[in-house]
Amino acid sequence: MIRQILDHFFEFFWGELCYIGRKLRDKWLVISIPYLWLALFFLFPFLIIFKISFSELQIGIPPFRNVVEWTPDLLLKIRLHFEGYWTVFTDNFYIHAVFSSLKIALFSTMGCLIIGYMIAYSISRVKTSWRMPLLLMIALPFWTSFLIRVYAWMAMLSSKGLINNILLKLHIISNPLQLLDNDGAVCLGIIYCYLPFMVFPIYASLIKINDDFIEAAHDLGCTPWRAFWSITVPLSKQGIIAGIILVFLPSIGEFVIPEILGGPETVTIGRVLWWEFFNNRNWPLASAVAVLMVFLFVVPIMILRNRQLDATEKAAQT
Amino acid sequence: MIRFSKFNLGALIFGYGFLYVPILYLIVYSFNDSRIIGVWAGFSTRWYAKLFQDDALIRAVLNTFEIAAIVATLAVALGTMAAIVMVRFKRFRGKTLFSGLISAPLVMPEVITGLALLLMFVTLERAIGWPSERGMLTIIIAHITLTMSYVYLVIQARLIDFDKSLEEAAMVLGAKPSTVFFRITLPLIFPSLLAGWLLAFALSLDDVVIASFLAGPGATTLPILVFSSVRTGVTPELNALATIIVGVVSIGILISGLIMHRRASKKIY
Repeated sequence: MIRQILDHFFEFFWGELCYIGRKLRDKWLVISIPYLWLALFFLFPFLIIFKISFSELQIGIPPFRNVVEWTPDLLLKIRLHFEGYWTVFTDNFYIHAVFSSLKIALFSTMGCLIIGYMIAYSISRVKTSWRMPLLLMIALPFWTSFLIRVYAWMAMLSSKGLINNILLKLHIISNPLQLLDNDGAVCLGIIYCYLPFMVFPIYASLIKINDDFIEAAHDLGCTPWRAFWSITVPLSKQGIIAGIILVFLPSIGEFVIPEILGGPETVTIGRVLWWEFFNNRNWPLASAVAVLMVFLFVVPIMILRNRQLDATEKAAQT
Repeated sequence: MIRFSKFNLGALIFGYGFLYVPILYLIVYSFNDSRIIGVWAGFSTRWYAKLFQDDALIRAVLNTFEIAAIVATLAVALGTMAAIVMVRFKRFRGKTLFSGLISAPLVMPEVITGLALLLMFVTLERAIGWPSERGMLTIIIAHITLTMSYVYLVIQARLIDFDKSLEEAAMVLGAKPSTVFFRITLPLIFPSLLAGWLLAFALSLDDVVIASFLAGPGATTLPILVFSSVRTGVTPELNALATIIVGVVSIGILISGLIMHRRASKKIY
């Protein structure tokens, strides 16, 4: 009898123990697999470019010297070369690239904001049953190949393309304009490709605005224009900020669009990094450009975005 | 209700015209008999015929689809795990780092991700001899790292508004945790898994920058091929290829949209 109870007890206890053990093991497994993946294939590569950005350029394979070396008498020798960073900070070419990237990103983001806001605002004003198909039509070009969309603009802007043809037919111009291979074409390409990223967040915040506010403003004698600026725009601020971040950040590092639509003098950070790596085989310099870009643009904007998200969460709670 | 004004109509016409005119322009000129875009010389499908004879192109297409299918499947597995970790596990050591790592690939410029991964593979190759060469495998690893963040976003959104009482009911009725996961949780989040899979597949199909960094001589993907020919200029063959891509993608989206619509209407009745 006692033995039976003990057996039962033991069985139960053992079962529980196994269960807890399994649960812990399962939890550990579920955490560690994606964690290890990201650590190995995302964090670790950044540590490596960080290291290589301090190494010395040499001719050979690989084209850089190790930062950390064992000397024959078992001393660990660490040599940090700041040449890559020095070049970036002193050579006008790189400073020019940074400002040119910022300029292109700024103009593109502004263009995206104006066009995206117009579209999002208009969609939020149509009948409810029409909204979903219209939003899907915004997303559809996004799903088709990115390269193809950029290429489409190359065809549109070329000397025998649609825009030049129309202008020639209307006798506005007598010779085809050089529309390709300049900063304007790059901005246009970025606006075209990133438009959905602006439309969706703005639409999401516009749709939440209560129409009563705007009607109240109208009843109190406010002009539609003023009501728009003092009610609709401030209330859609969250969407505007989210859209700006989603367009601005990727467009700074954009490579494909400047490469296809830009001319040889359209120098952007993404292109500089590519040139240094593939054409000049200057790996330390390319790494230094990448490291600087992460610390100057990506990290600050990530922090800003997290702050904004926290603020929204707090606002939602209260 | 505030009226839909003429300004709104104008904005919509302008906006959708801006989005669709370039694509329609490509499609129209892919059927042009003349080599020169902008000069119409009659209807022809000869550029399409030419495409199907291009062996290098067909090989690149097959490579691209193989990579995308593997990437999407593994990214869904990893992204789901990451979403469960972030949503369900209240606190564990290193959670802040994990949340940063999982969202960073979304905002990181592609040139940097590509460069970092390439230099890591080069370093690893010198240190431990793996991977012996760059090719499909390195592209797959890079794409999984990028796309699992997108999959994570999709599935995390679904898990947050997930009704836990169903899982609890199964647990009370004596189901093991693994049974609960495979019989209750997984079927319920399945639509978002599918959405994540499609997203990862599309992203992998579309990527040119990361693939250019990590492709070896043996593994050319379709975007790399397209990119190298785009650099030389506008050609009718490219127009035909673009039309096929746009057509396939549009049909795919229409079908998946219809399936989802049908599922949604089934649920209500």
